[in-house]
Amino acid sequence: MENEAGALSRVAGLFSARGYNIESLSVAPTEDPTLSRMTVVTTGSDEVIEQITKQLNKLIEVVKLVDLSNGDHIERELMLVKVRAVGEDREEMKRLTDIFRGSIIDVTDKTYTIELTGPSSKLDAFQQAIERSLVLETVRTGASGLGRGERILKA
Amino acid sequence: MSIELTGAEITIRCLQEEGVSHIFGYPGGAVLFLYDELFKQDKVKHILVRHEQAALHAADGYARSSNKVGVALVTSGPGVTNAVTGIATAYMDSIPMVIISGQVPTAAIGQDAFQEVDTVGITRPCVKHNFLVKDITELASTIKKAFYIASTGRPGPVLVDIPKDVTQQKTTFHYPSSIAMRSYTPVIHGDVQQVKKAVQMILDAKRPMIYSGGGVILNDASAELIELAQMLDFPCTNTLMGLGGYPATDRQFVGMLGMHGTYEANMAMQYCDVLIAVGARFDDRVIGNPKHFYSEERKIIHIDIDPSSISKRVKVDVPIVGSVSEVLRELIKLLKASKEKTDAHALQEWWRQIETWRARDCLKYDRASSLIKPQMVVEKLYEATQGDAFITSDVGQHQMWAAQFYKFNKPRRWINSGGLGTMGFGLPSAMGVQMANPGAKVACITGEASIQMCIQELSTCKQYHLPIKIINLNNRYMGMVRQWQEFFHGNRYAESYMDALPDFVKLAESYGHVGMRIDKPEDIEGALREAFKLEQQLVFIDFITDQTENVFPMVPGGKGLSEMILV
Ligand SMILES: Cc1cc2nc3c(=O)[nH]c(=O)nc-3n(C[C@H](O)[C@H](O)[C@H](O)COP(=O)(O)OP(=O)(O)OC[C@H]3O[C@@H](n4cnc5c(N)ncnc54)[C@H](O)[C@@H]3O)c2cc1C
Ligand SMILES: Cc1ncc(C[n+]2csc(CCOP(=O)(O)OP(=O)(O)O)c2C)c(N)n1
Ligand SMILES: [Mg+2]
Repeated sequence: MENEAGALSRVAGLFSARGYNIESLSVAPTEDPTLSRMTVVTTGSDEVIEQITKQLNKLIEVVKLVDLSNGDHIERELMLVKVRAVGEDREEMKRLTDIFRGSIIDVTDKTYTIELTGPSSKLDAFQQAIERSLVLETVRTGASGLGRGERILKA
Repeated sequence: MSIELTGAEITIRCLQEEGVSHIFGYPGGAVLFLYDELFKQDKVKHILVRHEQAALHAADGYARSSNKVGVALVTSGPGVTNAVTGIATAYMDSIPMVIISGQVPTAAIGQDAFQEVDTVGITRPCVKHNFLVKDITELASTIKKAFYIASTGRPGPVLVDIPKDVTQQKTTFHYPSSIAMRSYTPVIHGDVQQVKKAVQMILDAKRPMIYSGGGVILNDASAELIELAQMLDFPCTNTLMGLGGYPATDRQFVGMLGMHGTYEANMAMQYCDVLIAVGARFDDRVIGNPKHFYSEERKIIHIDIDPSSISKRVKVDVPIVGSVSEVLRELIKLLKASKEKTDAHALQEWWRQIETWRARDCLKYDRASSLIKPQMVVEKLYEATQGDAFITSDVGQHQMWAAQFYKFNKPRRWINSGGLGTMGFGLPSAMGVQMANPGAKVACITGEASIQMCIQELSTCKQYHLPIKIINLNNRYMGMVRQWQEFFHGNRYAESYMDALPDFVKLAESYGHVGMRIDKPEDIEGALREAFKLEQQLVFIDFITDQTENVFPMVPGGKGLSEMILV
């Protein structure tokens, strides 16, 4: 969509005004600074998704829209988790991070901050896997996505 | 060397370039530079209303009756908040308008400055698009975009918010002659394959029905609609917003459909086997309970310029995205070229069925009553104006009687708030209609409750010599509310009685107009004739009507189209 002030609030406003679910939304400028690209994750019946698509397309600032889930696509999300890591937990946290191919990017003698990227489902799985009481803070970016192979979205 | 103009000069120059003849507004601090420039020129005539809501409705009536973009000008803060009802009214009915609003100076934005509101935020959900112009070099192109967006595709109101300092700064003026936006390219031509499918479906129809709406009016596609319907001899119904799109006195017209539609229109809608929806959006007031609507099988062809209108409430078989006029022309061309013909025998049977429904005479009322029946006033108004007036209306029972009993034979003659249902719309919209159509007969059919919502505009009418005829169907009730309370709330008339009414005759007179009170059926005709003889004057006729009269037929909420309450 056009990289203009207010475009984001139009999209967010549309979802709340029409009662659509919005699971996550991530947006940033693209290689063309006049455009930004937004990935919205939403759920709904086929009819609802059809309406969401049409309503979003109607927004004057939206240049192009694809439903990535209609074809092969790649989806990635970044998560940062700060956990309490003392005693046995310290080793266990390290081990789990390795299993999920994450990395520990900040260390104190009592905490780890773990970085993990992947499809949102993988991040969910990691959150399930670690002991909940040890989690101090979590931040997730929401998913970003691209079509696989030759499929491209261009203005 | 090109000269530099101020933002205020540029704004007014842009309006001139767009050929704007009238701008409806109300001044205030944030727009003083704009008013200063309006003062210095005479191409764009400013109409001073008495409340910003009226400025919007007047610009709206101007647009609806002329197919030009209506323009309004309001100041920041309360000017904008007062205008919101009018903006939302236009938005719901897809009316092309440009609203210029003043804003506090850019440096003050976000500071809770005097008369600051987040105008772009407040209006976002009820405009087609809006802009805040922070950079004067973008002012002219933004106004160009505003007019372009408002008037193309599915029309709608577009707001341009201009901070005061931007109206003061200077830059060189250049008004782009055209505009292209990569993110906004409305589709005009229907997909050929889809149109071909539609043609086959039409040819195969046994019980066809044309259901047309506001899109036909907005697109000035009445001629194409008439051609299609008449070459096929298909029955045609109009929505409340589509009235006048197909001539009401033609045999093929089965009346309005929907909640207060005719028996024959609703029955035909329910039992048709091929439905051709043209610029209509399957509103909940039109199809009633969707489950009930689905209980009969029919194929649906839907022509609409807005893809989001299609398959929103009702799944359709042949969606055609494009402008009504283009698509209908294409359909007509293919049908004419086709060797196959429609099934004349089936069609004859279908018409026979429709005529039996029509014979039910669903709009009958007691013509011998000693009390004034509101329906009769509308009928007499139709006669007195030879069906050639512009009729605006407010919201309520009177609106439905106006729609049912004034036979609109031409588009853009019926001006009402359908989507938002805004009481207070009638009088100010009539002002805009009269401005756009000087010399034409303009009548506002209203109720004693609705008229009081923008009654202050009687003053504007005086100032600009607008000879509107106000037909007040005074039942001393918020009749539409009373009707629902009678039918669905055990006759408990909670707060729907209009107590302490003013003497409307004196009220009209105090504004310098002519007032009449009529309470006998035999006086209706004479009063109307006299009123229209006063060509230069606004006449307020207070018709004291039967309080107990209800609007029939009625499809109660949650019921299906064929489950009407009838008289
Ligand atoms: C008290 C009250 C009672 C009412 N009762 C009824 C009733 O009994 N019956 C009734 O019909 N309504 C009734 N209404 C009105 C109802 O609420 C809706 O406003 C109305 O039915 C909508 O009309 P429409 O479907 O023609 O759509 P509109 O709102 O007129 O929409 C026009 C459609 O045409 C499309 N369009 C616009 N331009 C073009 C173009 N160039 N080419 C192609 N398509 C285009 C638009 O995208 C849109 O889908 C009532 C309202 C009130 C206030
Ligand atoms: C601004 C606004 N407020 C409330 C309503 C709800 N409403 C719809 S019709 C109606 C009564 C209108 O009364 P009147 O103008 O006397 O018309 P009548 O139905 O009696 O003909 C009301 C209150 C509305 N449509 N608009
Ligand atoms: Mg009333």
